[in-house]
Order: sequence, then structure tokens, then C-alpha cells
Amino acid sequence: MIGRLLRKPLAVASLVWVLALIMLSVLAPLIAPYSPDQQDILHALEGPSRAHPLGTGVLGLDVWSRLLYGGRVTLVSTAISVAVYALVGLPAGLLAGYRGGLVDKVVLRLSEVAYAIPGTIMVLVVLAVRPNDETAAMVAVGLLAAPALARVVRSATIAVREELYIRAAVLSGLPDRLILRRHVLPTVMGTVIVHVALFATTAIVLETGLGFLGVGTRQVSWGELVAEASRNLGNQPWLLAPSGFVIITFILAFGLIGDGLRDANAEGYSVRQRAPRPVRRHRPPAAAAPPNAPADLTPNQRVIPAADALLAVEGLSIAFEVSGQIVTVVEDVSFAVAPGELVGIVGESGSGKSVTVAALLGLLRGTGRVTAGTMTFQGRRFDLADVKSLAGLRARRIALIGQDPMSGLDPAFTVRHQLAEVLKANTGLRGPALAERVLELLRAVSLPEPTAVAKSYPHQLSGGMAQRVSIAAALAGQPDLILADEPTTALDVTVQAEILDVLRSLGKAVLLVTHDWGLLVDLCQSGIVMYAGQVVEQGSVADIVADPRHPYTLGLLRSNPYFAQPGRPLPAIPGLVLPPDRWPAGCHFAERCPLVGPACLADPIPLGPAAGRLGWTRCLFQSQVAGLEEREARP
Amino acid sequence: MGRVVGRWFLTALPVVVVVSMLTFVLASLVPGDPARTILGINAPQEQVDALRQQLGLDLPLPQRYWDWLVAAAHGDLGRSITTRGSVAAELAGRLQVTLSLVVLGLIVIVLVGVGLGLISAIKGGWLGRAVDLLSLIGLAVPGFWLGLVLVAVLAVAVPIFPATGFVHFSDSPTGWAASMALPVLTLALTGTAGLAKQTRSSVLDELGKDYVRMLRARGLSERRVILLHVSRNAGAPIVTVVGLLFIGLVSGAVLLETVFVLPGLGSLTVAATKAHDIPVILGVTLILSFVVVTVNLLVEISYALLNPKVRT
Repeated sequence: MIGRLLRKPLAVASLVWVLALIMLSVLAPLIAPYSPDQQDILHALEGPSRAHPLGTGVLGLDVWSRLLYGGRVTLVSTAISVAVYALVGLPAGLLAGYRGGLVDKVVLRLSEVAYAIPGTIMVLVVLAVRPNDETAAMVAVGLLAAPALARVVRSATIAVREELYIRAAVLSGLPDRLILRRHVLPTVMGTVIVHVALFATTAIVLETGLGFLGVGTRQVSWGELVAEASRNLGNQPWLLAPSGFVIITFILAFGLIGDGLRDANAEGYSVRQRAPRPVRRHRPPAAAAPPNAPADLTPNQRVIPAADALLAVEGLSIAFEVSGQIVTVVEDVSFAVAPGELVGIVGESGSGKSVTVAALLGLLRGTGRVTAGTMTFQGRRFDLADVKSLAGLRARRIALIGQDPMSGLDPAFTVRHQLAEVLKANTGLRGPALAERVLELLRAVSLPEPTAVAKSYPHQLSGGMAQRVSIAAALAGQPDLILADEPTTALDVTVQAEILDVLRSLGKAVLLVTHDWGLLVDLCQSGIVMYAGQVVEQGSVADIVADPRHPYTLGLLRSNPYFAQPGRPLPAIPGLVLPPDRWPAGCHFAERCPLVGPACLADPIPLGPAAGRLGWTRCLFQSQVAGLEEREARP
Repeated sequence: MGRVVGRWFLTALPVVVVVSMLTFVLASLVPGDPARTILGINAPQEQVDALRQQLGLDLPLPQRYWDWLVAAAHGDLGRSITTRGSVAAELAGRLQVTLSLVVLGLIVIVLVGVGLGLISAIKGGWLGRAVDLLSLIGLAVPGFWLGLVLVAVLAVAVPIFPATGFVHFSDSPTGWAASMALPVLTLALTGTAGLAKQTRSSVLDELGKDYVRMLRARGLSERRVILLHVSRNAGAPIVTVVGLLFIGLVSGAVLLETVFVLPGLGSLTVAATKAHDIPVILGVTLILSFVVVTVNLLVEISYALLNPKVRT
């Protein structure tokens, strides 16, 4: 954590400044040209001069010297309250979080009491009892803030305590003291240090405030210098500058150190970053149509005649900006959906299938942008980069059903409210007709008690119910095409089947994104297999399953439990999908492919027609895929 | 409403009592004899003893606390040691000043801070960085120093506003506004950016969530998605911060009332601290913990209103 902190220039500068202020204060008797109470009556209340580099205050007291001496008070006081804060808050939080029970209750109650007292007031109470005893006041500051730290440490400790390795340590009989010191403390330490740095800023503000009010120590302090300035605002406003500068920069330094520590701490918990490698500049997309394809046909037109197509996507490419680099994640994807047809896009995570679907409605996340591609929908042509015109299709023409039904609903509103809102935005329905339509939609997705569901908030629904509500919301605008992005992934198997029945019964065209072959075979007529941002095979589902023409399709099929052979281990495709910034120039699958040859590596592989049947494949050796299957099938 | 009042009695009131007990015990540690302090060093001992008895100082501590608490429940907070006036009456007048300062400051901070945070979250770019920078400055510049700078610039160098002093609203509304302008501006300058930063991060959190994308997919206008859905969901954490901000402003007001010479609770506390005027100190703590606890409860209620998961 410290190492990461030292790589942040602002934090390092702040550390240097804090250390410098500490040195200057410690060495004040050696450096200061005057003692803090040495008068120079003839030069009272003057601006900076040779004799007094920062000017003088009343009675000609030297500001520079008083600043140096004043720092000692602020530094010591801050240190005291920070020490109390950490030494009380940390153990209390550890105990409360680790032991729970009574200790936990007491800490929580105490923190409630501490929250109910405005800090400054309580410190003044202490100073009323112990006049000018700044040490007591700063101890009180630390004590009052400690419960807040205890709460933070408590939640961090509870989180650690639940970890398996801690439970294992407890079971193996390691003493609590040792577990706390060896395992819990190091994990919560990062959070504690961040809070300590940020608390220091509060402590400094309070300390200088006490000095300003004249209730703190009787020695010269930074706050007292501000008070002196306030009494002479009319004739020497300059006096505000030196004290203000040191106070503000001192607080700022702790604030920046705190920010730096927080970032460093967060980085420590994030996934270890891969060694940075140069991001390959994206080459221009390959020719839009495969060279050997008849010019007047889009890729899966042999499966669906073009004239009937409800939706035809051509040459869709999508890129994201990742730390300044443009990274292409989807390359030259084309497909079509006929009215009422169910089309499935299948592929591993990271193949680009969800992004492809999101792009059709202009709903790419973050920095995602369509870099090329058009779409023809119901005879109208759209530029897929033109998000505004795509937005006009949402809900009324093309609806989306999301992957996680729970997070797809706004947690703050009832189902009734959310459905009514969608209906109002997309239809002319109002009043009783609107209310009736809400219930009708809920019945249409086979929800048994529509009235009760309508009154519920999303967190009161089960996953299956929530997904039905999402489908109801998708139906509200009476769309002609439904995009279903892994609609059953988050659900139980039995619920999955019910949701699929609902989807099938709608009688609408569906573009289904899935990684589940079973689903594809059950539901869809046409299939599109995607790998690493490209379509590698497409055609009728029956053809693809019976006679795959791409080694990736074959591997995916064979590794799917749906097609598992009894008594045979389920083979997996070796290796992992490459991240988009490491896609090769040639075949994206080359690294994992058993058929790979020199021809696969040099140039982009075009999507070509499947030999001897309908459909398309992006493989130079499609005729050998079948042999591969037989070869591996041999015992 | 009945439930809210019930909650207040069950959870908030006990906290106030505990705070007052702590303060009372702490205050009893004051060195020296309050009776002696009132009468002066030269007063005869018999007179001091008589006053001690009159003030109840000869009774045991729990008895004294109980008497004080019973009296406080009846609105009697005793008499100030310095002015001999009724503490309750003094506090009532001063609470108005402090509350008007804090509430005005809070209104400005919430309006500007939430607005700025929302806009910077949606527009992003330099505005977001500006909010980050400003919030750092808001954190680092102590209010009392900033107040003095504002006085030096806007009251002394260019006399637009009165430097110090307070005009009651009933005496002159414009005079009141002028006297509150600089203190409120100071509070706003120190608090706004922090709230804007919090708002921005809450709104950005929400904007990244799945339901926002789904609401867009369902054909809702961007206006509606942000003003109704995102605002509502981002509201809960913001309300919590506003509650903490309120308490911070009360603490800040203690110093600002001294800077601007406003007759509020803060300047009273400072004076009482210097004079060891314990009855006044006890009264101030009681009233302010009342205010804080009530604000915390309001925050809790609004949080529940905004977040149905807490409610049901």
C-alpha cells in the first residue's frame, strides 16, 4: 500500500510538505530569528520586510517566528487526538466485529451517543471544566470521533470474519488474539489508515478553531495568529495570509494523503493487473462481404429470405475506449431475423454477443460505440451509430429483456408504477384503461396473482416473478421483435423452462442471446455462433448441431452437458477466450484450434458458405471438422 | 405521524438523556466552587455555604442530576452564573439565530450542491474535475478563516455587506438579510462542493446500474429516467450526507458566530466556556443534542421513504 502511495505525485508532495512542517516546528528554536514573544514596537503591524520576512503583528511580534513556534502546538495536539482516535476506535471496532454480542451492542450504542453531540460543543464543555487544557480537549476530540472509526472497523472485521480462511483458523484452534493480529488486522489496516489521515484534517480544523476562539492553549498557535489577524482586519489584512496558508496547506496535505491512501488501498484489492502490453492498433475492418459470397446476399439470407426479413444487420463493428486506446470488441457481424422467427446467438462470455444486441437499441454501456454497421428494420434503414434514431424504436418496435431480472427493475418503485410508466410513455392509455392494461400484461406472462404482484416492490419478488414482470414490461409497447439477453441465466432450472414457455407463446420474433445450447435447440430455428467478436458460423440450428463446420462450434457443442455422452468425460476447449486487445490478425480461434495451419495465421479469415449445405462458416478447413469429431470419438 | 413520534420517544430521547448525563458528570468535575466563583474571593464562608445550599451543590451528584433533569423537563434550565438570567429564555432567543444561519446555509448548499453534482455527473468532463477540486478546497479551508477573508474583502475593502453584527428579521428584513449574507455565504462555500461530490458519485453509481439501461430500453425519456428514477435512488445516500452536513454546520456555526459577532448559541457557548458558566453549557448541550437527534430521525425517515427495502 505504501509502495503504491509513493507512486502518486500529489500524495508524495503532500507527505514531503507535512514532514517539512514537522521539521520546521521541531527546529523552531534554532531557525526562528526571534523568540515568539520578542517585541519590536516600532515595527508593529507591518507587511513583509527584510527584518521580518512575513511581517509583524501587534507589538511588532515576528510572524515568521510565531508561525514556526505555533506549529508545535498544532502538531502535538493533532497527534494526540489522532492517537486517541486510532487507539480507541481500532480495538473497539475489532472486538465488536469479531466477538459480536454484547461488546458489539455497546459499541453501536456509544457511537449513536457520539453522533448526537456536535463535536465543537462537547470540546467546549471540556474546556469549560479544564480551562485552556488543550490536551484534554484534543483527547476529547479523539474520543468523540473514535466510535465512527470503530463502526468502520467493525464492518470490515465482520466481512473478514466471514471469510473461509478465518473460519478455518478458528476451527483449527488458533487463539483469537493471534487470528486478530495475523489475519484480521492486516486486512482492515488499509481502511484504518485512510480514516486516520482524513480524521487528521478534522482535528487540525478543530485545533486551529480552538486557538482562534482563544480557549485552547495559552501558547502561541496558528489559530491564535488568525485571531490576531481578525482583530486587525481593518489596518493589516495581510496577517490573514501566513497563518491561513500553513493551516490550509497542512489540512490539504492530509486530505491528499488520505485520498492517495484510499486509491492505493482500493488498487490493492482489485484484481492483479496483467503486465501492460502494447495495445495493437486496430486494423481497418475486413471487407464487409466475404469475397466468395454472392454480392446480393447477406450472410444468413440462405436461411431467411431477405425480402421477408424483419431485421437485417449488416457489418456491425463495436469498439470501446480502454485507457485511451480504441479496442474493437465486435467485428463485422451480419445476420437477419424473419417475422415471428426465433434466432439464437450463442458463444462464451466475452464473445461479444450481448454487446451486439445492446447496439441494436443504442444501449452500449460506458465508452462503447458502433464504429460501422447498418440495420434494416421493417424496411427502414438505420445507421447503427445513430443512437438517437435507434432510441425511437425502443419498446414500441424492439423491446429488451435483460439478464438479471432483479437489477433490471427500479428498486424504488412498485411493479404497477413501473409498468404504468412504460405504458404511458409508449401508448395513449390513461386512467382505468391503463390500470386494467397493467393487470392484463401481468396475466399475459402467467403471473398467478397479478393484483398482488402489481403492488409489490422488486425486492419482494422472486427471480422468476421479476423476469415475468420484465417480459410484461417488454410487451407493454407491443413490439415486433424482442431481444432477450440471457433471460434465464440467473434463474433456477424449473423457472427457466417456464420463462421459455412464456417467450415461445408470445408469437413474436425473438433474438435470443445465450451460452446454453439446450436453450438454442429448444427454442430457436436459426443460430449464430460468435467467438471473440466475430460470427464464426451461422445457419439453421439443426444443421449447426448435426454438422458443425467450425472447430469452435464443435468444441462448444461437445463441452455442453446437453449433448453429453453417458460414460464419457465432458471435453472442454483448451485455453481461454483472448481479451479483445490481444486478438490476432488471422483466425481469432487459432490459439485454441486443433486444425490450425500456417494459412490460418496471416490474414483475416472471411466468412464463407458452408460446403454441401446451407449456412456460413469462418474456417478454412471446414471439411475436416467432421473428421476431428470422429477422430476424438474413437476410444 | 404517530409512529414517528413514538420512535422519537423510544430511540431519540434516551440518547439525549445519556448525553445530558455525560455532560452533567463532566461539568461536575469543574475545579473550584461555583458558589465561591459567584460571590468572589472575599465573601465570608457562611454566605458561600448558604449559596451552596440554595444552589443544591451540597447534594450528592445523582440527586443533583435528577433535580436538574426534572426541572429541564419543565423548561427550567436554571440561571446563568454570569448574568443571573434564565438560561432557558437566553437559549430560546439564541437558538433562532443559530438555526436560521444553519438552515439558510443548508438550503443554499443543498440547492447548489445537488444541482451541481447532478449536472457534473451527467455532463462529466471538466465540471466533474472542478467539483473534485472544489470539494478538496472546501475540506481544507477552515470556515472561520474564510469568513474573515470574506469580511476583509466584501465588508472592509469593498463595503458591500456589514462586517459583523446581527439585525432581527422583525426589525428589518433587509437588514437581516444583509447581516446573514456573509455567514451564509461562508457556510455555503465550505459545504457545497462536498455535497456536490457526494451527489455526483451517487448519481454516477446509479447511472451505471442495470435498471437505468432497462428503463431506457423501455422507451422512457432521458429526462424521466434521470429526474424520477436516478434522483430517487441516488437520493437515499445524499439524504444521509445532508444529515451529517447539518451537524457539521452546527459545529461550524459556533466559530462563525464568533467571527461575525452573531448572538447565537455558538458565541454564547464560547463566552460560557471562558466564564465557566456551567448551567449555560449544560443547557446548550441539551438543546443541541435535541436538535441533532431530531435531525437524525428525520434523515432516517426520509431514507426509509426513498428506499422501500428499509420500509418493508
